[in-house]
Amino acid sequence: MTIATEQSKANATLKAEQWMRMYRRMVMIREFEEQVNELYTRALMPGLAHLYVGEEAVAVGICEALRSTDYITSTHRGHGHCVAKGASPDRMFAELLGKEAGYCRGKGGSMHIADPATGNLGANAIVGGSAGIATGAALSSKRMGTGQVAVCFFGEGALGQGVLYEVMNLAALWKLPVIYVCENNLYTEYTHYSETTAGDVLARGTAFGVQAESVNGQDVRAVYATAQRLVDRARKGDGPAFLVCETYRYTGHHVGDINREYYRSKQEEQEWKTKRDPIKNFSEWLVEHKLSDEGKLKEIQEEVRAEMKAAVEFAIAAPYPTPDQVDQDVYA
Amino acid sequence: MPEVATRELTFAQAIREALAEEMRRDSRVCVFGEDVAEAGTPFKVLSGLVDEFGAERVMDTPISEAGFTGMGVGAAMTGLRPVVDIMFGDFLTLTMDQMVNQAAKVHYMSGGTWKVPMVLRTTLGATRRSAAQHSQSLHAWLSHVPGLKVVMPSTPYDAKGLLKTAIRDENPVVFFEDKMMYKQKGPVPEEDYTIPLGVADVKREGEDITIVATSSMVQVALGAAELLEKIGVSAEVIDPRTTWPLDEKTLIESAKRTSRAMVVDEGYGRYGVTGEIASVIAEGAFYNLEAPVKRMGAMHVPIPFSPPLEDVTVPTEQTLFEAARALCGKG
Repeated sequence: MTIATEQSKANATLKAEQWMRMYRRMVMIREFEEQVNELYTRALMPGLAHLYVGEEAVAVGICEALRSTDYITSTHRGHGHCVAKGASPDRMFAELLGKEAGYCRGKGGSMHIADPATGNLGANAIVGGSAGIATGAALSSKRMGTGQVAVCFFGEGALGQGVLYEVMNLAALWKLPVIYVCENNLYTEYTHYSETTAGDVLARGTAFGVQAESVNGQDVRAVYATAQRLVDRARKGDGPAFLVCETYRYTGHHVGDINREYYRSKQEEQEWKTKRDPIKNFSEWLVEHKLSDEGKLKEIQEEVRAEMKAAVEFAIAAPYPTPDQVDQDVYA
Repeated sequence: MPEVATRELTFAQAIREALAEEMRRDSRVCVFGEDVAEAGTPFKVLSGLVDEFGAERVMDTPISEAGFTGMGVGAAMTGLRPVVDIMFGDFLTLTMDQMVNQAAKVHYMSGGTWKVPMVLRTTLGATRRSAAQHSQSLHAWLSHVPGLKVVMPSTPYDAKGLLKTAIRDENPVVFFEDKMMYKQKGPVPEEDYTIPLGVADVKREGEDITIVATSSMVQVALGAAELLEKIGVSAEVIDPRTTWPLDEKTLIESAKRTSRAMVVDEGYGRYGVTGEIASVIAEGAFYNLEAPVKRMGAMHVPIPFSPPLEDVTVPTEQTLFEAARALCGKG
């Protein structure tokens, strides 16, 4: 074997490991959310949660293109972003249950998970609320020459927020390394996005000279390939990008949104789940390309399920913060 | 005031000097906002800053207050120490989500893991004939929100020392400058100094009445104190300098000693700074007070344009003097 072939074989192995990591992460997100739904149903979780089920390929495809030091900002539907960026499920569940061991010591909950260790600047419960923060992180990166890229995740509902366009304009003017990732899951809460969004969405980016593209958000390989190209471009100093990922939210706006037929049909949900499921389709591709087999994939699923169950148990057993912590960390 | 050789600087020069010194000391400090670079702001507060530090650190932005304030939050979280310039305090309304929901809450919501060491500089104050959207004093809005600190200097000396502290603070700090005061001169030492946040300053000592005054109202209160002295009333004038943290102890101790207190501030009285401070004094000094705590603020009207109308909307030396005289039973 020549050195060149060895190198290419090594690369192929690396690639296979990478695909399997992406598969595992997607399964982690789905299993995480299954557990969240279970916690809600069993009335073990205070408040509500917004599930990411169905959109796994977006978070995983994007975050696979990032370094651990790169930044993300996330949304109210943010569990997937946190997992994809490397957060640990036990501390995430602890946060969802309001426990001291949680990422925010119980002060943030489902909609505010933040983790400096993985570059997670925080999930934001104001729609479009983190556009400024992500762009500011990109400004820091550029000013300090750190080479970090910032990704701003938001749903298509945020397309209605003016601040997004203010910072897109600034990011383009200053050539900042920021990627605006719009997860278009078709529903702005309980309203189809076509009722809230006029004109051509991509044109909103190109109007500012921001590189604007769209991708099938159910195809993790396509998301990853596109993200990698846009992230590299941003890292090189070629400026911001706007990436619209076409995806679907399998469940309601939040865990309590059960009766949805007044805004979308069961048939539509079923079609996405059976024909365009990101995990199912990726599994088939992995098997077809002999990168894995059904047995191995099932094994991963079971491992992940056990891991999630253990994480939930950890969170349930973890202590609540003591009331005296209520006024800690108001100021640094 | 320390007893060292001092020069006279204007309020604007003191602000500029504070910024320049902090930018020399710490390369992470940067300034951005509308017309901050070559224009040096419409009030020329930042003139020359871009010449020394370059367009990389003194950055002109588009007219996008929400956008660049939000960027200030993100930049502060990730290693810079931005000083965001909001040209008129009235435009704070455009930044409210970034300040109230983002800047103020990041540290707490993240369980103390992320910090937002940013300063937002802006203005307050009427009587510049600028009408209702360029004349408001909205500092009470920000003082209401846990997680923010609010600074309102009344002299060049305080402005410089407090701004340096604000820039070094690990929290979001909102810094209000009275735009009518930019040309006012006062002694400022050459040496490096800072003033801690949350420490009031007694601007004039007195025995008969405590007048708590903020920002633009400090000079008004000192003028009224002169008038009071002529009728035999000795007024103590205290400037809290920061509305949060608030130096409650100094205010209460003074009121206990003088037994009468007034609070004067250019914001609206309704649900405002004067209400808060009056309540602090009433609770803390109740058994020593000879009269209810009196408040004076802007009239409850949008600030009008026409001079004879605008002039009656804010407290003056004369109106403050008359109210204080009445409170002391000399009316």
